[in-house]
Amino acid sequence: MKALSINNLTKTYSNGFEALKGINLNVEQGDFFALLGPNGAGKSTTIGIVTSLVTKSSGQVHVFDTDLDIDPEIAKSHIGLVPQEFNFNGFEQVKHILVTQAGYYGMPTKLAEPRADELLRQLGLWEKRHTAARALSGGMKRRLMIARALVHKPKLLILDEPTAGVDIELRRSMWTFLQAINEQGTTIILTTHYLEEAENLCRNIAIIDQGNIIENTDMKSLLNRLDKETFILYLTEPLSSDLVLENISFQQIDGTTIEVEINRDDGLNHLFSLLNQQNIDVCSMKNKANRLEELFLHLVEKSEATL
Amino acid sequence: MNNQFSRRWVAFNTLLTREVRRFLRIWPQTLLPPAITMTLYFIIFGSLIGSRIGEMGGFTYMEYIAPGIIMMSVINNAYANVASSFYSAKFQNHIEELLVAPVPNHLILAGYVAGGTARGLCVGLIVTIVSLFFTTIEIQHLLITISMVVLSAIMFALGGFINAIYARSFDEISIIPTFILTPMTYLGGVFYSISLLPEFWQNVSLLNPILYMVNAFRFGMLGVSDIAVEIAFAIILICIAGLTSFALHLLNKGTGIRN
Repeated sequence: MKALSINNLTKTYSNGFEALKGINLNVEQGDFFALLGPNGAGKSTTIGIVTSLVTKSSGQVHVFDTDLDIDPEIAKSHIGLVPQEFNFNGFEQVKHILVTQAGYYGMPTKLAEPRADELLRQLGLWEKRHTAARALSGGMKRRLMIARALVHKPKLLILDEPTAGVDIELRRSMWTFLQAINEQGTTIILTTHYLEEAENLCRNIAIIDQGNIIENTDMKSLLNRLDKETFILYLTEPLSSDLVLENISFQQIDGTTIEVEINRDDGLNHLFSLLNQQNIDVCSMKNKANRLEELFLHLVEKSEATL
Repeated sequence: MNNQFSRRWVAFNTLLTREVRRFLRIWPQTLLPPAITMTLYFIIFGSLIGSRIGEMGGFTYMEYIAPGIIMMSVINNAYANVASSFYSAKFQNHIEELLVAPVPNHLILAGYVAGGTARGLCVGLIVTIVSLFFTTIEIQHLLITISMVVLSAIMFALGGFINAIYARSFDEISIIPTFILTPMTYLGGVFYSISLLPEFWQNVSLLNPILYMVNAFRFGMLGVSDIAVEIAFAIILICIAGLTSFALHLLNKGTGIRN
């Protein structure tokens, strides 16, 4: 079953800006799906339409086979949204926010309270349950929005840049949490600017640019398309003479650092044998950029060049 | 169907509870000011000036203005509660909590209006208690009194909701109460009988819906009115039906709340 099915979705804002130009998108039940794109590409508009915050111009949206236009109550009951901006009442207490949100989904207080307690414990907000939301730290506010989105046990969780501005420790703990709820059966759609996040978490991916879906495939196939990778090599000792690497494109950054571009088919063995021949020791190396990031930039540049 | 009904009932109750909790939490802004203001009305207009005016409609001036002052506080607070609460929800974006949830538009409207009505009635009760320090109240027609105060609160809560939908700043939720609602209230027979006015101004006053509410409420409490109570009920019910339809139309269109 498809958790989300979008057909010929268009959106033109009142100022004439065409945010979506007839996109089609399917997300299977149980998937961890990345929706990527540069700023202003149409990601938030798409999510806004799916979650009823934005009125579409035309097209259809089905959530677990329920047409959002025909039975919005059922369709909306399946969705949990973690928006980009904080959008809770800062004067309300943390637990009240969760219990109130559960109530909007028809969950009576006697069920909503234990569910809220469970999420507050899981997300490390238990001690703050009686605190006004505005007094929370930025990371806690993010976690509160995740708890709020999950309080009614949605089958489809949509996260719009959930880790923006979050420190690395918290980001990684959020990844673990999201992976766990995905394994328990919740379908997740994620938009993010951290492409490492998408690469680590997501199985399928769509890239949207200027209102069009320019790529929609599984993460593995997409990464396999990367024909070149750039590595930074840190040398044990400074180079004593000019470096010679036949048929390999490289650049010397400083005495102990070189940047090397490797064809995917060639692998790294050839590079290391050439370095060995010249008695050059490498103490460590890293990818210059995240693999998905390289592909993303390539695809977006290509898309913009064709327009 | 049952499932849908119970889900909607829980959602409505949740929204109403949140609204009531909100005005109770900020009681120094919502419940205390009308009690102080209306006490001043009773002292100044009722005791100090009223004692020199003499009888009106067969009652002391204090007795005559008490229903009007209670109704004025109900109207103002029902309106202000919905206008400020719904606009704040828009301003802070937490209206999105409701828009993403499976709460149909008519329930959103009903929840906010019920919250505004609750505050209007709460303040009405407080002002009634205050009025007992200055005069005695004997209700002549209980059903008319209660139904009129509830319908008036509903009508002005709907007005506050429509105001909040259109408002783009906090200024815009104070313009209508300041420049339209307050003059209409003062000219709506709270402090005088329209029989004191020249005929032309009596006819002009009949265009003011607050006149009907105040008089029908006064009829319920004192048994006297400048207008027929049946007409007052008919006008208020027509106004409620019109405002409800318009508010729902705006919600369905997404005016002011959806892109």
